[in-house]
Amino acid sequence: MTPEEIFHKLERELGPECVFNFDAGTGKAKDAFCEVEPGSITRVAQLMKADPALGFDYLECITGIDFPNDQKIQVVYHVYSYGKKHRLVLKVSLVRDDPVIASLCSVWSAANWLERECFDLLGVLFEGHPDLRRLLLPDDWEGYPLRKDWKEKPDYHGIPSTRPNPFDLLAKAKALEAKKAAEAKGAEPADGKPTKVVEVNAAAAEPAADAEAKKAAAKAAAIAKAAAKKAAAKKGSP
Amino acid sequence: MSSKLNQMASSPGYGKYAVEGASVITTSVDEAINWTFNWARANSIWYMLFGLACCAIELMQTGGPRADFERFGSAPRPSPRASDLIIIAGTLTYKMALRVKRLYDQMAEPRYVISMGSCANCGGLFQYSYSVVKGVDQVIPVDIYLPGCPPRPEALLEGLLRIQAQIKNERYLQDRYQARAKKG
Repeated sequence: MTPEEIFHKLERELGPECVFNFDAGTGKAKDAFCEVEPGSITRVAQLMKADPALGFDYLECITGIDFPNDQKIQVVYHVYSYGKKHRLVLKVSLVRDDPVIASLCSVWSAANWLERECFDLLGVLFEGHPDLRRLLLPDDWEGYPLRKDWKEKPDYHGIPSTRPNPFDLLAKAKALEAKKAAEAKGAEPADGKPTKVVEVNAAAAEPAADAEAKKAAAKAAAIAKAAAKKAAAKKGSP
Repeated sequence: MSSKLNQMASSPGYGKYAVEGASVITTSVDEAINWTFNWARANSIWYMLFGLACCAIELMQTGGPRADFERFGSAPRPSPRASDLIIIAGTLTYKMALRVKRLYDQMAEPRYVISMGSCANCGGLFQYSYSVVKGVDQVIPVDIYLPGCPPRPEALLEGLLRIQAQIKNERYLQDRYQARAKKG
C-alpha cells in the first residue's frame, strides 16, 4: 500500500480528528508522514499493528523535535512493515511545558528503550511505561540536553566541561619563563622585591628573626610554588 | 626510535639515579639494582584493555600480528588490578568518567596512562558535546598523549616505547623506599 492509501484507511477507521495533515514526502529525501492527535496514539498504533492489510510490526524509531517558538515538542514515530514492506511516519505535537503521551510499550515492545531515550534527552513523559528512567545520560544528570534552551553546566561531579585554550596556556608559560629568566639574570623585578634565589638562601641561613624578612620569604615561597605549579601544568597539558 | 631515545633508554650513566641534594649515597650496586628493576618493569608492561570507541579497533590491531604489542612483553589484561598501564582508547563520556576514575584508583602503583587519540586527549571531534569529557586528563593524570584519529598502530607502539624510556629513567629504589624511610 502506498503511504497515502495507508493514511486514508486510518482516516476511515478512526476519523479525521485522530489522523490528519498527510504529507506524501519526496521519496528518498523525506518520508511520508501524517500527524496524530496525542490522545488517540494508542488506538492508531493498535490498529496499525493488528490490521492484516496494514501489518505494521516494526517500530523503527521514536525521536522528538523541540520547537520553542511554537511552544511544542513533536514526537516522531517511524513504523515499518516487514511483511508488506511499507513505512509510515507519525508525528504527535505535545505542549512544551508538559509533554505527556501514552506509552506504546503494550503495542510494540521496542518502544521500551526508544521512549526511555526520548525521555532522557527531551523530557517527554510516557504514561504507562513500565520503567521510565534515563538511558544514555548518567542517572543523576539534570536537564534535557536536546531541548533548544538547554545550557551546559560548568562541571559534572567536579569534572570541568571546558578546556583551557592551549595557546593561552602557552602564552602564559612563555611569559612566566621570560620573567624567571629576567629574575635569574639578577635584574630587579618591577615591584622591587628581592630575587627568589637570594631570599630563600637568606631565610635558610638566619631563621627569620626579622618579621619583614619572614613575610618576604613567605611571599617568595608562594611565588616559587606557583611557578612550579605552572611549569607542571605546562608540562602536563597537551 | 630516535638516537636520543636510545641514549636515554640504554645508558646507565653515572649519577642518572642520583638524588638532588645527594642525601643518599649512590653506589654502583644501587645503580645496578635500579637498572635491573627498570629493565624488568619496562619489558613487561601489562596494559589494561580499555577501548571505548574507534581507537579500540586500532588498539586491537596493535595487538595483532603486523604491529605486535606482545613482542615488547606487553600483554593485555582485563582487570586494572593486574595491569601497569591503562590505554584510554576512545571518547570518554561523563557517565564513563566516574568509572574510569574508579578503575585508575584500582590500579597498583607504579601505574602509567596513555591517552590515545583525539577524543581522549582533548575531547577531539566531540569537544562541543554535552556528554563528552574534554580530555581524559581532567579525570586521571596522563603520561603520554597520542594525537591521531585514530593513531596508527605504529604510533601506539611509539607511545609504548616512550613509556618504556620513561620507566628506564626512573629512580625506582629511591622513589619507592626513600619515601617510606622518610615517613617511618
